Amino acid sequence: MSAVIEKHDHHHGPQKGVLRWLFTTNHKDIGTLYLWFSFLMFLTGGAMAMGIRAELFEPGLQLMDPIRYNQLVTMHGLIMIFGGVMPAFVGLANWLIPMQVGAPDMALPRMNNLSFWLLPAAFTILLSTAFMEGGMPGFGWTFYAPLSTNYPNIAYFVFAIHIMGISSIMGSINVIVTIMNMRAPGMTLMKMPLFVWSWLITAYLLIAVMPVLAGAVTMLLMDAYFGTSFFDAAGGGDPVLFQHIFWFFGHPEVYIMILPAFGITSHIISTFSRKPLFGHSSMVYAMVSIAVLSFVVWAHHMFTVGMPLAAELFFMWATMVIAIPTGVKVFNWVATIFKGSITYETPMLFAIAFVVLFTIGGFSGLMLAITPADFQYHDTYFVVAHFHYVLVPGAVFSIMAAVYYWLPKWTGNMYDEKMGKLHFWLSFIGVNVTFFPQHFVGLAGMPRRYADYALQFAEWNAVSSVGAFLFGLSQLLFLYIVVKAVFAGKKATAQVWDGARGLEWTVDSPAPYHTFEIPPKVKG
Amino acid sequence: MESKSNIHQKYYVPEQSSIPIIFAFAALLVGFGAANAITGNGTIMLWVGMIAVVGTLAFWWSIITKESQAGLDTPQLNNSYVYGMAWFIFSEVMFFFAFFGALFYIRNIAIPWLGGEGPTAKGLAGELLWPDFEPTWPPMITPEQSLLGENAVTKGPAENMYLHSIRDLGTWLPLWNTIVLLSSSATVHVAHLALKENNRKRFNFWLGITVALAFIFVILQAVEYYEAYAHLGLTLNSGVYGTTFFMLTGFHGMHVLIGGIFLLTQLMRSANYNHFTDKEHFGFEAASWYWHFVDVVWVCLFFFVYIL
Ligand code: HEM
Ligand SMILES: [Cu+2]
Repeated sequence: MSAVIEKHDHHHGPQKGVLRWLFTTNHKDIGTLYLWFSFLMFLTGGAMAMGIRAELFEPGLQLMDPIRYNQLVTMHGLIMIFGGVMPAFVGLANWLIPMQVGAPDMALPRMNNLSFWLLPAAFTILLSTAFMEGGMPGFGWTFYAPLSTNYPNIAYFVFAIHIMGISSIMGSINVIVTIMNMRAPGMTLMKMPLFVWSWLITAYLLIAVMPVLAGAVTMLLMDAYFGTSFFDAAGGGDPVLFQHIFWFFGHPEVYIMILPAFGITSHIISTFSRKPLFGHSSMVYAMVSIAVLSFVVWAHHMFTVGMPLAAELFFMWATMVIAIPTGVKVFNWVATIFKGSITYETPMLFAIAFVVLFTIGGFSGLMLAITPADFQYHDTYFVVAHFHYVLVPGAVFSIMAAVYYWLPKWTGNMYDEKMGKLHFWLSFIGVNVTFFPQHFVGLAGMPRRYADYALQFAEWNAVSSVGAFLFGLSQLLFLYIVVKAVFAGKKATAQVWDGARGLEWTVDSPAPYHTFEIPPKVKG
Repeated sequence: MESKSNIHQKYYVPEQSSIPIIFAFAALLVGFGAANAITGNGTIMLWVGMIAVVGTLAFWWSIITKESQAGLDTPQLNNSYVYGMAWFIFSEVMFFFAFFGALFYIRNIAIPWLGGEGPTAKGLAGELLWPDFEPTWPPMITPEQSLLGENAVTKGPAENMYLHSIRDLGTWLPLWNTIVLLSSSATVHVAHLALKENNRKRFNFWLGITVALAFIFVILQAVEYYEAYAHLGLTLNSGVYGTTFFMLTGFHGMHVLIGGIFLLTQLMRSANYNHFTDKEHFGFEAASWYWHFVDVVWVCLFFFVYIL
C-alpha cells in the first residue's frame, strides 16, 4: 500500500440539506447524529429526573400519584442508559475510532447508519406508551418479573428493547471490525490509543450480553402473553431466574457504560499533564480483566433473594476482586498527573473530577459488595447514591470531558473556556449536592422507588432536590457552549492542545469530511 | 489525481444510501406492529412492516452482491465481512446461551427448590406452598396442579418427548432430525470442497441436497409439534417443560429456516447467475458457517432437551 499521502477530488464533501443526515454513510456525520440524539435523550430523561426530585422535595404526595412517579423513575433509567449514555459513547466511537486508527471510515458504513436510525425507532415505540391506555412502563429499569409481566403495554417495551439491542449489536460489530481490520500499517494492538482499546472491549461485552437481554425480554413477553412459565412458580419456573438472566446482562452493562470513560480519561489526563500515560499496557490488561470478571459477579445485585451461602460468598469475593484492576487504573491516572506540568482546561477539570468522584462510587460499590452489609443497604438510597456516583460524575462527566476535548477538532472552533469552567463548577457542585446526601438517607434506611418517605429524611431530600435542579439547569449552559462553538469561536489549530498525541491531532481542525483514505504510516 | 491501482487498493466506502433509514422505519413498523398484534390491536402494521423488512433486506443484499461482482470489494473489505459474520454468529450463540441457561437453572435449581430443597429455611417452599409437588424432570405435574388438581390453570403435559423404550427408536423423530441435520452439515462441507476445486456442477448438487435436508428438518419439526399438540397434550403452556421445550426447539427451528433460506439464496446465485469463484465465495461461506452453528445448537438441544 502506498505510503504517499495524495490529494484526491474523487470524493465530494457532504451533500447539502437534510438528506445528508438521513442517508449518510460518513462516520463523522453518524457520530454527530448519535451525539445529538443522546443529548436530546439526556434532556428528556433529565426532565423526568426533575419531576422525580420535585416530588421528593418534601414528604407527602404533591405533584403526582405513585403510579406516575414509578413511571418517571422507570423511564428516567431506561432513557438515560439506553438513550443517553450508550448512544453518546457510540457517537464518540464513530467520530474517533476511524481517526485514531487511521482508517477512512467505519468498516461497514451503511450498517453504521442503520445502527443509528434504529434508535429513534426504538424510542418512538417506548415513548409512545405515554399516550396509550395504561401508560408508560412503571416497573423499574430492571423490569423484574412478575411485576413486569403483569404490567400493561409491556409488549411495546419488549420490542423497543429488541430494536435497541439490534442497534447496539450492529454498532459493536462495526467497532470491532473497524479495529481489527482497518488499522493503519504499523499500528499494532499495543500501540492502539486507549479509547480504541476501551471500545474494543466494550463492543465485545455488548455483543456478549445484548443477546442475553433479548432473551430475557423474550421470555418476559412469552410469560405475559403466551402462557409460558419461565418466571412463574405455579408452572415450575422461578422469578429469581429472571433476576439471574437480567443481571447476567446488567452487570456487564454497567461496565459497558464505564469502560469508554476510562479510555477518554486516560487521553485527557495525559494531554493536560503533558506526560505520556503512566502504565499504558497495564491499563489495557486492567480493562481486559475487568471485562472478564464482569461476567462472574452478577449476583451481587441479588444478595437478598435467598441464594446458598457458597454463592453469596463467591459473588462477594469475585466482586471485590474487580477493585484490583480498577485500583490499577486509578493509580495510573494519579501517577500520570504526578509531577506533570498541568493546566486545568475544562476537559481536564472534568477528567480530574471523574477520577475523584468515580472512585467514591467505587468505594461505595465495595461496601455494597460485602454481603452481610448489603442486606442492610440493598434497595435503599445508598445504592442509588452508589450508581449515580459512577454514572453521573463517572460516565456522564467523561462524555462532557470528551466533548470539550474533541470539540475543536470536530468544529474547528475553540469553545468558550470561561463558560466551560463555569459549566464544570456548576455541574460539580450540583452533582455532589444531589447525590452525596443520598448516602446518608440510604444508610439511615430510606428505601428507593417510593414517591413518599418518612419525615426523618426530609432535610437531606430537600438538599438533594436543590442540587438536582442546579445540575439540571447547568446543562442548558452546556448546550449553549456547544452550539456557540459549532458556529463561532477562536479558530483551532490541528494540534489543538499542545500536549495532545495521536493521529486525530495530525489532521486539520475541523477534521476534513474524509480522513485517511490512504492509511498513514504509524512510526515506532 | 491518483493512479488506477490506488483506486483498487482503497477501502470501499459506499456513497450515501437511502436503504438503512428505510429499513429502520420498517423495523419500527415491525416492532410496533408486533406489539399491536400481541395486545389485540390489529395486525396490519405488522404485515406491512414485515414486507418492508424483507423487501429492503433483499434489495440491500442485491446491492452488496452487485458491488462484489463489480470488483469493489478488496480483500480488506472481504475481511470486514468475515469478521462481521463471525461476531454476528457469536451474538446468536449468546442468545441461545440465555435459553439454555434458563433450562439449566430450572432443572437444577428451581425444580428441586420447589420440591422442598434449597438454601434458606429448608423445605419452606415445599412444605408450605407445594407440599405434594414431586421435583422430577420433566415435571409432568406442575406445582400448581399438585395443589389444585384439575382446577389448576397451568397443568403439566400428558406425555413428554423423551425416548421411552428402545423399541421406539425407529419412530423417534428427534433421532431422525439429528441424522438429517448432521448429514446436512457434511453435505454443505462437500459442496464447499467442490467449489474450491471449481467444480460448479458438484457444488450446486451438494448445496441443493443441503437445502433439501434443511427443509426436511423443518417439516419433521412441524410434524413433531403437531404430534405434541394433537396427541401428547404437550403445549407451550404445559408448565416449565412445555415452556423450555417449545422455546428452545422453536428458536432453533426458526434459525434452521433462516439458514435454509440463506443457503437457498446462495444456490440460486450460483445456479442462475454463476456467481462465486474458487477463491471468492464469501456469501456461501457465511451461509455455511451459519449452518454449522445451527447444527451445533441442535446437538446441544438433542442432548439436553431430548436425552438427558
Ligand atoms: C468497584 C466497582 C464496583 C462495585 C464493587 C460495585 C458493586 C455494586 C453492588 C454490590 C451493587 C448492588 C447493590 C444492591 O442492589 O444492593 C451495585 C449496584 C449498582 N452498580 Fe455498582 N459496583 C461497582 C462499580 C460500578 C460501576 C462502574 C457502575 C456503572 C458505571 C455501577 C453501576 C451500578 C448500578 C447501576 C447499580 C444498581 C442497579 C440497580 O439495582 O438498579 N457500579 N454495585
Ligand atoms: Cu453489578
